[in-house]
Amino acid sequence: MKRYSAFAIAREAARYHTGWERAWRAPEPQKKYDVIIIGAGGHGLATAYHLGKNHGIKNVAIIEKGWLGGGNTGRNTTIIRSNYLQDPSAAIYEKSRSLYETMSQDLNYNVMFSPRGVMMLAQTQHEIRGYQRTAHANALQGVQTEFIGPQKVKELCPIISIDGPRYPVLGALWQARGGTARHDAVAWGYARACSDMGMDILQRTEVTAIRRDGGKVVGVTTTKGDIDCDKLGIVVAGHSGHLADMAGFRLPIESVPLQALVSEPIKPCMDVVIMANTVHGYMSQSDKGEMVIGGGTDGHNNYTQRGSFHHVEETVRALIETFPMLSRLKMLRQWGGIVDVTGDRSPILSKTPVDGIFINCGWGTGGFKAIPGSGWAMADLMANGRSPLTDAFGLERFREGRFIDESVAAGVAH
Amino acid sequence: MLILHCPYCGVDAEETELHAGGQAHLTRETVGSDDEAFEDYLFMRENPKGVHFERWRHASGCGKWFHAARCTTTLEVFGTYSAQTTAPPREICDAISGKRPGWSWKTFSARMFS
Repeated sequence: MKRYSAFAIAREAARYHTGWERAWRAPEPQKKYDVIIIGAGGHGLATAYHLGKNHGIKNVAIIEKGWLGGGNTGRNTTIIRSNYLQDPSAAIYEKSRSLYETMSQDLNYNVMFSPRGVMMLAQTQHEIRGYQRTAHANALQGVQTEFIGPQKVKELCPIISIDGPRYPVLGALWQARGGTARHDAVAWGYARACSDMGMDILQRTEVTAIRRDGGKVVGVTTTKGDIDCDKLGIVVAGHSGHLADMAGFRLPIESVPLQALVSEPIKPCMDVVIMANTVHGYMSQSDKGEMVIGGGTDGHNNYTQRGSFHHVEETVRALIETFPMLSRLKMLRQWGGIVDVTGDRSPILSKTPVDGIFINCGWGTGGFKAIPGSGWAMADLMANGRSPLTDAFGLERFREGRFIDESVAAGVAH
Repeated sequence: MLILHCPYCGVDAEETELHAGGQAHLTRETVGSDDEAFEDYLFMRENPKGVHFERWRHASGCGKWFHAARCTTTLEVFGTYSAQTTAPPREICDAISGKRPGWSWKTFSARMFS
């Protein structure tokens, strides 16, 4: 792999850009791999990357039904934060956020991590108490957050209206080192690094069956034939239930579409990320100038990747109250991604009832921020059978009643 | 927008009038059930990519709970029916089999309640 650098750009500029090579190979599948990961989204690629980098397991295939990063990795609002309430959540999300800080250097790929600060607005008395509690919990967990007053909110984000009629801004939970990153670049950077380690990324290859022998996984059947493996990682977000069905076990997961939309590009007007959980909306401004707006999930299961229209209406109606200048903006695009939601709104990183199969799912509406940490932890789990970061996120926690309850703490928006 | 026919008041209700209540035909566990049964009842969900049975409430209408048979990939509605039942009525099953050849409630429910 040729390294990307300022020197490389200068060199290529001098020879009409004829020397750039493909960022990753497009190989044919081998008969057998040590590890197969199903799903070449951010989480799947990060798992493969850390299997190679941290544990020296490089005979790995990453199988993808569509194209890499074409699911939720390319459909989210790119927010990165780690201000969670529960200790196990804070541990894995903070690990993730800290890995984002050096990701561009680690991967030699510019993921445009921008720690511009994330603000979660408190618009009711209940939210003030909730976020103050989170700020105290974060102080004990070593996650840097603080509760700030409405004047500080206005100072950080001048376009906000803090004395709205229905939901005045009463304060905010502020994480200065939270922010955004370029979502596609995260997938592409990992893919390039994985390919460089000799791993095979098999795009447009759909898994149609999971083959077992006496309670142990032996391989998968795909649209490009049978491929054997010793260990199998299922990292497919919204389609987890579908794959678990093939493997013969059930999951406490329901799949629903989560929507987002972007406005026409405008001049820079907001250099922080704002989340307003009471009114179900969150917003940041992309480098192109578009206002990137995240909305709510549908109440009923579906796999349509578009979502119901009235959620867009609710989100925009509420945001206009807090950001009056939005009312003159045209919206350019709207889309949905299928998110896998668990009962306690926390992910599942776990062994499964089938020996050799591991599952990483249930990130629900907040998976993008967790990509590097999730990959790190999942690789540890797959290589060593357990990981301190995943111990609390096992499948058995539902039966045992050990929930990591972020559904109340985080509200809807992640 | 999703439109469901309320089998109680006869109104074709839009999605905003309705409240989604999750998977239908769950067996309600109670005193004496073991941990596994409770885990199934409280957390494990069918989450199919295709035919699905759900509970819905006509929240901004008659207020009654009813059941709907839907496809989660095409959003096609096969029909709605009364909630006072433990299995979908014959005509709903026939409607689904007609549009999804090979589908039967028997094989679906065997997997669902296994």
